[in-house]
This record gives sequence, C-alpha cells and structure tokens, in this order.
Amino acid sequence: MLQDILVTGLVNGGVYALLAIGFSLVFGVARIVNIAHTAFYMLAAYCFYTLLVTAKLNVVLAALIAIAAVTALAALCYRLVIEPVRSHESAVLIATIALGLIFQELMLVAFGGNFLGIPSAIDGVVSFLGVSIPYQRLLILVVAAAVLAATWVVLYRTRLGLAIRATANDLEVANLMGMDVNRVAMVAVALSVALAAIAGVVVAPVFVVDPLMWLAPLVTMLAIVVLGGLGSLKGSLLGALIIGYVEAITVFALPQGAFLKGAVALSIMVVVLLVRPEGLFGVAFEEER
Amino acid sequence: MLRSSLLAVVLVTAAPLSQAQSTLKIAILGPMAFVQGENHWAGAEMARDEINRGGGISVGGKRLPVELVRIDTNEIQSVPDATNAIERAITRDKADFLVGGFRSEAVLAMQEIAMDNKKIFLGAGAAHSKLGINVETNYDRYKYWFRVTPVKDADLVRQSFAALGEVAAQIRKQLGKDSPKVAILAEKAVWVEGIVAAAQKNLPAMKMEVLGLWQPSAVATDVTAELAAIDRAGADIVFTLLSGPVGIVVGRQMGERGMKAIAFGINVEAQKDAFWQATASKGNYVSTLETIAEVEITPKTVPFVRAFKARFKKSPTYNAGTYDAIMLLKEAIEKAETTDADKLVPVLEKTVFTGITGVIEFDKRHDPLWGPGKVPGLAVQWQDGEKVPFWPPQVKGTRPFKMPAPK
Repeated sequence: MLQDILVTGLVNGGVYALLAIGFSLVFGVARIVNIAHTAFYMLAAYCFYTLLVTAKLNVVLAALIAIAAVTALAALCYRLVIEPVRSHESAVLIATIALGLIFQELMLVAFGGNFLGIPSAIDGVVSFLGVSIPYQRLLILVVAAAVLAATWVVLYRTRLGLAIRATANDLEVANLMGMDVNRVAMVAVALSVALAAIAGVVVAPVFVVDPLMWLAPLVTMLAIVVLGGLGSLKGSLLGALIIGYVEAITVFALPQGAFLKGAVALSIMVVVLLVRPEGLFGVAFEEER
Repeated sequence: MLRSSLLAVVLVTAAPLSQAQSTLKIAILGPMAFVQGENHWAGAEMARDEINRGGGISVGGKRLPVELVRIDTNEIQSVPDATNAIERAITRDKADFLVGGFRSEAVLAMQEIAMDNKKIFLGAGAAHSKLGINVETNYDRYKYWFRVTPVKDADLVRQSFAALGEVAAQIRKQLGKDSPKVAILAEKAVWVEGIVAAAQKNLPAMKMEVLGLWQPSAVATDVTAELAAIDRAGADIVFTLLSGPVGIVVGRQMGERGMKAIAFGINVEAQKDAFWQATASKGNYVSTLETIAEVEITPKTVPFVRAFKARFKKSPTYNAGTYDAIMLLKEAIEKAETTDADKLVPVLEKTVFTGITGVIEFDKRHDPLWGPGKVPGLAVQWQDGEKVPFWPPQVKGTRPFKMPAPK
C-alpha cells in the first residue's frame, strides 16, 4: 500500500502542480486573483478537442494552436474586462468569476453538456514499484517540471521577468520608472493563462472534457496556492505534492470516505489560513498592504 | 342596451371557438442541452410523427394532431430551473400533458407542481421510489403521476443482482474461481445507499467475496487512487453504482491501467453511445444495466431502435421512453374518449401496453412492473466500440459477455 500511496500521490501532485503554477504566477506578479484561470484551462481543452478530434489535426499542431488561441483570448479579456477594474481587487474577483461562468455557458451552448474524451498523446502503461502508471501521466509530470523551470527562467533570467517582478514589487515606482505597467500585467496574465492552456492540453486527456470541468480543479488549486503561499511558485509545487499525497492517503486509508478527499484538501486550506495565513512560502498579508 | 346585447352574443359565440381544441399539447420536459433531454425530445418526436401520420389521436370521434412543446428544465444543473420550467409549461404553454424528467430530486419537485395543477405527468427518467410511494400514500393528490421508464430503484437493484450473478458465473467458469472477489465502487449519493447495503448483505450469499466499498464523488475527475487500491486488493469484479461523469473516468482509467477486473453494475454514462468516445476508446469490457437496445424485448423494440438510429444517427437511451409514454397516452385517450385527467387515470391504471422497453403495466404506485414478460431490463457490455446486450440471455439478440485477456 505504501508504494501505491507514494506513486499515486506523486503523479496526482504533478497534475495539480501544472494547474496551480499559472494561477499562483498571476497572483504573485500581478496581484490578480483570476478565478477564470481554470475556465481558460477548460477552453484550451475544448479547443484542443476540436482541433484534434473534430478537425483531425496533428497532435502537436493542435496543441500549439489551442495554447496560442487561448492565450490571445486571455490577453483580450485582460484588456476588456480586467484592466478597467484592476485597481479594485473585489471587482477583479467578481469580473473573473463572471468570465468563467460566461465561458462555461458558451461551451454548453456550443458543445452541449455531453462529456468528451481526448485521446492520450502516448498510450500504454509502465509498472513502477508494482503500480501501473499510464504514460500520459508521466508526460504530465515531465511537462510540469519543464514548465516550472521555464517559468523560473523567464522570471529570473530575462528583462521581461525583471519588469514583471519590478511591477509586482511596487506598481507605482515601476510606473514612475517609465514601465508600461498595464502591458506588463497583460503579459503576466497571458503567461499565466498560457500555463493553464498547457495544462488543458496535457491534463485534459486523463480527465473528461465538459463545461463544468473548470470548477473542481479551481477548488483544489485554491487549496494548493493557499497552502503553498499565494504567489509562490515553489510553494505551489510543494502544495500540489502535499495535496496529491493527502488525497492518496485519504483514499487508501479510508476507502469509504474517498469522496472526502476534496474536503480534506479544503480543510487543510482553512487550517493554513487560520494558523499561517501566508502559507508555506507566501508573503504575509500584512506586508502586502 | 343594444351594445350590451351584441357583446353578449359575441361572447357566447366566441367562447366555444376559443375553447375548441385543435391540437393535443404535450410538454416534453428534459435537460435539453444534455443527452438525456436530447433523447426525451427525440423519442417524443418519433411518437408525434407516427401519430400525426396516422391522423392524430381520436378524442371522442374527433382526431387531434399531437403538438410537442420543448421544455428545457436544466434540471442537471438546477432544481429551481426545473420547477420554473414545468410551471411555464402548464401556465404559459397550456400543455395538456407532461412527459419526461430525469433527475429524481428535480422530478420530485416537478411532481408537486404537476399534481397541484392536476396534470397527468408521465415520467421518463427518474428512478427514485418516493415518486411512486407518493401515489400510494396520498392517492387523491398524486394519482396523476405515472412512471413509464425506468423501473423503480428497488427493481434496478434486483436487475443488477440477477445480471451480476450471470457475470460471476462466467468468472467462475473461465477463471476457475469459486468465490469471485468484488469491489464495490459507488459514487457518494443517496440513491446508492440501499443498493450498497443490499450488495454487502447479499453478495456473500451469492458466493462472492466483498473486498470493500470505495466511494468517490459523483463528479470526481480522477479515481486513480481508488483503482490502485482495488487493483491491489485483487478484485475480479468492480461493482459500479455510478450516475455522474465519474462513470466515464472509471471506464477510461480502468482501461488505461489494463485492469483485469470487470466493471459491472449501473453506469449511466456507459449507457450512452458517446461513452466510447468520451473514454477515448479505453472503456472496453465496461458493462452496465440498460433499458433499451437492438434486441427483441418486444416486437416493437428492434424496429424502433433501427428507425431511431436511422433518423438521429445514434442509439436511443432509456429517456427515449417518451415514445412509449406518448403512445401509451394515445391508447388511453382513445379508450377513454376524453382528455380529462380524472377520467384518464383509471384507464391508465388498467392499461397493459406493449411498448419498446417491455409490456408496461402499472402497479398500485403507478410504477411499471419489472420482470420477464413485463419490463425486463437489459445489461450491456462495451466490446471494441460496440454496446453489446448480453443479459437476459433468453432475449433474442443478446450476445455472450466477454472477459479481458489475462495479464
């Protein structure tokens, strides 16, 4: 049972990490709580499905187009919806909730409420410590690691990253120094949504595509980023692994309570908020003000 | 004076004209953006076209065509939406009869509104016993409710155990195991509680070993941990009780993991043609109870399924039982020679109607009788992209159940 927990927790943690990194990034660098983050993940999954299954495009081409299209849409949404209300945090929150619901209803109209399946990029399973792991899940782990590394490089080794971090550090000073802070924020949103879109393309094949698919990961992601610390990338990664393991332990230790795994994750979030509001690696709320 | 007299004459002559019925309005209630609603509507269209081609329904010597009113209840997402929808169907659309419904919680709420308005409501989707118990305990209020399909939940349990016995017998024969090991994988929902308790009690008596109960959420997107645990326990059968999208996830992830265990039970998503695509062709060997398939349940079944497939390019699900509901209603109206609900109820109660899902005869709860010669139900298995009926074996057209090749 121990090896089952070790392997299952790691693989599921990888899936969650891929989803949580982008969400954490946009909060960390632009202080935007984008509730529609997983809705963009859903849009990418639908886009990928349409291109791959309906239009029968090559898997790589379909993935690239889906990621590019959803990223462009996110930039447009930033300009039209988020930017005008960005100075009011609660308005951003409400606006992004509305965006998520609009996308959900649009997909419901366009595709109906039916559940759709996306074929795996790589078929087959590998047995590790006696546990069967589909190759697609290993691919997710690899992509999550690569995405995290790439994000770190962009943020800490490029001028764009420097601008993003400077804007995040102090918006007014960055503005006074001549930076186009709105443009930087838009790039941060686009970058973050690109990560969500990558998650949509890579993760959706192991899940089911439907208009409500953005809600469950949203809740798990919130638990992860609160646990890891809002805005902290390494916190998101660690938080994702912890939640992955907690869920695996819940299922193995309490099979009849498997449905509680989401509730356990949320309970952790509440406890963290009460005991250590800044999470494992986040910035204390008081410092942010 | 003259003006008043003229007005009175106009009113007296106009009243019968406005009351004269030119069509029979039947509201089809279903979640129209979902496959359940699509089937409600498609089954009803088949019935409407067949009836109208034959000149309509004869009501006391006058033939009235059927007019369908499409009512999107959105009940999968919202019960209040469903109650608003049925209210609209009755008050604004002036529907004469109500047919459909899917989600038990929503249908229970819609049943109240239909009964308030003394409208005949023929159910074609919800299995909860409470709908029929209402009729038994408060007949005068709930007598206008009749469940056409599916059979009630308690009968689904009997059906699933009967078919499970068949699956276990095959495992004993092919794998030489006297006591096949069964893992119960049931979504966390009220409807599974009775079935789970019955399974835990009865399966050992049926010479099956129960390994345990795993309960993911009905909307879980990942069950790898549950399946890893079930695999580790050495299950031969995964007895599924799943109505939500988790049914697809279970089918797909069992296939991806190459599990040797067979999934059998109730898996609503596996009843749909779209299941194979939704599992990305990984749902092989998944089996589930079913209500309708291209087998000779009655002489009407195969022609209906073929006509449905030809017209809609997909197989019907049990929600297409709206066809039976409307045809049964036609028979009752023609026998009663009226559309008056109170006069139709006793006629419907005595009806023995040969439909596409079996011979429909209502019990005192207005539930269809289950069993051979009545509404027997089916079990189907996905075999290489095809949904193959395998139980009950005496029904003409069923084919053998298949086991995955040993690892």
